[in-house]
Amino acid sequence: MRYLPLTPEDRKAMLATIGADSVDAFYADVPEAVRLGGKVAGLPDHQGELAVERHMAALAGKNRVASDGRFFVGCGAYKHHVPASVDHIIQRSEFLTTYTPYQPEIAQGTLQTLFEFQSQVAAMTAMDVANASMYDGSTACAEAAIMACRVTKRRRVVLSGGLHPHYAAATRTVCEAQGIEVVQLPPAVDDELALKDAVTDKTACVIGQSPNVFGTVTDLSPVSEAAHADGALMVSVFTEAVSLGLVTPPGEMGADIAVGEGQSIGNALNFGGPYVGLFATTKKHVRSMPGRLCGETVDADGQRGFVLTLSTREQHIRRDKATSNICTNAGLCTLAFTAHMTLLGDKGFTQLAELNHEAACALADALEEVDGVEILTPRFFNEFAFRVPGNAEAILAQLDELGVIGGVRASRILPGKGMDNVIITCATECTTEDDIKAYADALNEVL
Amino acid sequence: MTMNSQGRSTTPDEAIPMSEIQTVSGSRGLQQREDLIFETGSTGKTGVDLPNPKGTKSRLGSVTRKRPTDLPGLSEPETMRHYVRLSQKNYAIDLGLFPLGSCTMKHNPRLNEKVARMPGFADIHPLQPQATVQGALELIDQLATWLKTLTGMPAVAMSPKAGAHGEFCGMMAIRRALIARGEIETRTRVLVPASAHGTNPATAVQCGFKVDEIKADERGRVNMEDFKAKLEDSSDIAGIMLTNPNTCGLFETDIMEIADLIHEAGGYFYCDGANFNAIMGRVRPGDLGIDAMHINLHKTFSTPHGGGGPGAGPTVLSDALADYAPVPFVVKDEDIYSLVEETEGEGEEAFGRLCAFHGQMGMFTRALAYMLSHGADGLKQAAEDAVLNANYVQARLKSTMTAAFDGYCMHEALFSDAFTAEGIDTLDISKALIDEGYHPMTMYFPLVVHGAMLIEPTETESKAELDRFCDALGAIAERAKAGDESLKGAPYLAPMRRLDETQAARKPVLRWTPPEPDRMAAE
Repeated sequence: MRYLPLTPEDRKAMLATIGADSVDAFYADVPEAVRLGGKVAGLPDHQGELAVERHMAALAGKNRVASDGRFFVGCGAYKHHVPASVDHIIQRSEFLTTYTPYQPEIAQGTLQTLFEFQSQVAAMTAMDVANASMYDGSTACAEAAIMACRVTKRRRVVLSGGLHPHYAAATRTVCEAQGIEVVQLPPAVDDELALKDAVTDKTACVIGQSPNVFGTVTDLSPVSEAAHADGALMVSVFTEAVSLGLVTPPGEMGADIAVGEGQSIGNALNFGGPYVGLFATTKKHVRSMPGRLCGETVDADGQRGFVLTLSTREQHIRRDKATSNICTNAGLCTLAFTAHMTLLGDKGFTQLAELNHEAACALADALEEVDGVEILTPRFFNEFAFRVPGNAEAILAQLDELGVIGGVRASRILPGKGMDNVIITCATECTTEDDIKAYADALNEVL
Repeated sequence: MTMNSQGRSTTPDEAIPMSEIQTVSGSRGLQQREDLIFETGSTGKTGVDLPNPKGTKSRLGSVTRKRPTDLPGLSEPETMRHYVRLSQKNYAIDLGLFPLGSCTMKHNPRLNEKVARMPGFADIHPLQPQATVQGALELIDQLATWLKTLTGMPAVAMSPKAGAHGEFCGMMAIRRALIARGEIETRTRVLVPASAHGTNPATAVQCGFKVDEIKADERGRVNMEDFKAKLEDSSDIAGIMLTNPNTCGLFETDIMEIADLIHEAGGYFYCDGANFNAIMGRVRPGDLGIDAMHINLHKTFSTPHGGGGPGAGPTVLSDALADYAPVPFVVKDEDIYSLVEETEGEGEEAFGRLCAFHGQMGMFTRALAYMLSHGADGLKQAAEDAVLNANYVQARLKSTMTAAFDGYCMHEALFSDAFTAEGIDTLDISKALIDEGYHPMTMYFPLVVHGAMLIEPTETESKAELDRFCDALGAIAERAKAGDESLKGAPYLAPMRRLDETQAARKPVLRWTPPEPDRMAAE
């Protein structure tokens, strides 16, 4: 077995040093009735690299790849180009095969990148501070809800009708367990501002999203004003991090907590994970934050260095009184994010956002020309919803046969909400003019 | 002195002590000084060449960013240098033994990295039509089968994103089961041993339960007397969260009795599977009476720790809890795989959802490649070698250091600080290991052992590497015993000396801000 360095002679010599006859001695505490005699039945024996690679390649070969083009799926995960250097950087042994930086003297590499990551996230969201990541956007959203309850000592959160339904569901799961009331506003393409009227003096927070799950961008300032007037917090969610290169960032809309999905920067689609949850807040609420934080300090020689800090919020110190149970976070995905963002800088980030927006505008222009198509999203970044004259699922299946992966049917993420004829579609810098033409042509053929 | 043909010396001259050497650049040989990107980059610089936007009319309404970000950019060569220089300030498994107890820092095979990057896995979208991702669903199903078979459990929830998220999944399933029994209001107490990972009590509370701590006995196991006493009035018992093998590196000898008693009391048995690496192929958790257990793919199944993540925490469930698994899950009908993303009833999920999408696919591919590479025979051998390596370390060091408990250990060896001289503690020993070229062991955990040092070598270390490690740690332990004060200053040879954590926490600086004069100029 190529991953096991011990030779039979080593094992014998080691057993002799220990004074045991065989490894069975170490398993003597396992109740006899349940000890396995041989190997676990029903599983194959070991295989060489080539055989394993073939097995995996056969599975991979059965999937339709986004890079094959004519691919318009968004809704919380986005197909973007990742520079080659980013993947090289995250495969450096020293980043890939290291642990959480609990020993700062030999982990400054990871710690400095985390400090830079936190600074970048704070800058792009226009918030004061960001943590060192959550699992993904949806779990960051759930954590924001319970943090708001902790801060306000209230037990009700209100979710907008444009919040990604998976984010809403993850938040409900966490809140339900803690007896926090969740008010879900009905699905709406363009009604984030309805949150304003749902705030009362019992509300811990309102959670709005821009761009929302239908792609609609909204200035949430009126929502934060209403929330603050009643002593509640405003949580601002985004699923498309690239949008922040162009749209009003959470901090400029009065958000108390900004959460979002960072996958778009530096990370592949990966069929849904691993991704990287972004979590930022104001100075005032730092000590109520979940997750790891990296901070600046000095070493014994007075050199600037970085350490994990404020860990009295965390489970390994505070146990049952921790702000969250999170331990492992998105580590290497934050490195991919920060390395890609370093390559972009403000200039590249803004330009990338513009290209995304232009691609989506071109797509909307082309689809609007198709008879029977009605664009529903009034203001959008790189994703929008449109109505088709027929069942969206059937139409998407027909488009697939013509080589176009046309988007997500709204009924897949919002079943039973009367959205059977709505498609949510997305374009990015990867979308070509040919892709857009192919989509419009195929849709013309199908409808 | 030996000279080469040009008269240059080829042997070193008398050296000046290293500590006295100062450099102008701040670098020290191969250890390059590296400033923050905010200090070296600029907002106008970029390392990507994107096409120029055409200037299409915006459809954003007025919801546009009013001020530019202060995100600094670097060119590609500067970017590469930045991260490679930083990387060289990190310790890593690929550099040497990483003996962190409870973390299972084993070798991360590069084949796994290769397969995870196959476009058919990395470049597919979680919401593209299911007919176009049959291979991905099949992979999830195959991995699920391996996990169920290895653990002897009937069901597995694949979506948890890390160990603690798996704990949350398992405890939520228990919560749902109690709701179904109509007992959620009364059964609120969860027993957690004092030696547990901090995530266990944190999770129990996050799921709305109260934590009741069980003592450890003198053998490092659950104190059965205390456990039984806590079950005397069992009407409020929701369950127990127990790590097995436990965080002292010991198999819980009474585990089957614990399972029976907790079930008799009307509760459920959650097992923290962080240490599954020790028992793979030797015993199946399903045979021990466990109801739920998460499996850290980033420990047992070698997916890289990546400096803190990402992980993956699929959670196996017993028949009693299988119905309460969260969405989504994969089902197979004939030869077609499909994903159940919502459950019946007006779109309201009966079981809940833990997160967006279907779990950590990028970790699934790596873990499956690892399992296929090892096979049933190799996984068993891996577990046995991990346990052998830990016992070897324990045997070699127990005459110098104080083993926390008598007898053999499982996959990790636990020592207390009883052997150290007054004034020298576990932290000093840990930091001295850094100077010897090793990452320290887990320190001060588990909490039930004073000054705990928990060493988990894993199966991917050779005997020669273990011997070098034991020689180094043994020598440090002798110095600690002798009260060598110089240990207090360690490390001396790392990229940094000990860092001031108190200052970091007292006046937190959590992001870069421009230096004062710049800020004034900007205003």
